[in-house]
Amino acid sequence: MSMLASVAQQGIELAQEVNADDLKAIEGAGSAGFAYGLAAIGPGIGIGYLVGQAVQAMARQPESAGQVQTTMFLGIAFTEALALIGFVVFILLKFV
Amino acid sequence: MTVHANPLTARLDGPSPAVQVALDIVKRGLIAAPVLVLGGAALWGTDGAASVAYGLAIVLANFALAAALIAWSSRISLALLMATTLFGFLIRLALIFLAVWLVQDASWVNFVALGLTIIVSHLGLLFWEMRYVSASLAFPGLKPSGS
Repeated sequence: MSMLASVAQQGIELAQEVNADDLKAIEGAGSAGFAYGLAAIGPGIGIGYLVGQAVQAMARQPESAGQVQTTMFLGIAFTEALALIGFVVFILLKFV
Repeated sequence: MTVHANPLTARLDGPSPAVQVALDIVKRGLIAAPVLVLGGAALWGTDGAASVAYGLAIVLANFALAAALIAWSSRISLALLMATTLFGFLIRLALIFLAVWLVQDASWVNFVALGLTIIVSHLGLLFWEMRYVSASLAFPGLKPSGS
């Protein structure tokens, strides 16, 4: 019982040491990381779907593999732009 | 370009069009680089110019790495192409984060300039390249003009 009280007392002392600015910084970093993670999910799903369909197209029509691969590469790059926008929002929130 | 029939070992032989597209994008990026760096210098000074140059280098390296991964994996198998593209996306995002994290305390870095450069140059170069690729796809027999 006394051990629990000691741990609780240490927790209270630690909480008193953390001031409002530190809490704000911690919350900001957490929010920025969360936003970056969310921003990467959508493009990840999009790229997976895009490449899956492109591979299927190349397997069905091998003669058009060159065109499919070109379009696939551009599609990946455009989808990735969404993730990059999320990343830039992250660095602006985190570092500016 | 030939495709082998076995679905598990199906692969693409010959030169990869993704590499050609990426090389075109890098060439156009190098052409646009002086204009972008001068624009960065005009808006944010020397720090802006350095940040714009760094951001452009990140974007061009990202395109080149994506194309290299696609070219390498498609010569082995289409299944590996699928895996490499998806995990390559995560790896490249991590590398971009690492590139920015490494310079976070540098005196010359301007994060607004860096961030704007990454978005604007990535999308701008893609739209620039898409103009030529669209022409090639619509009229395969015609070579796009150099202008």
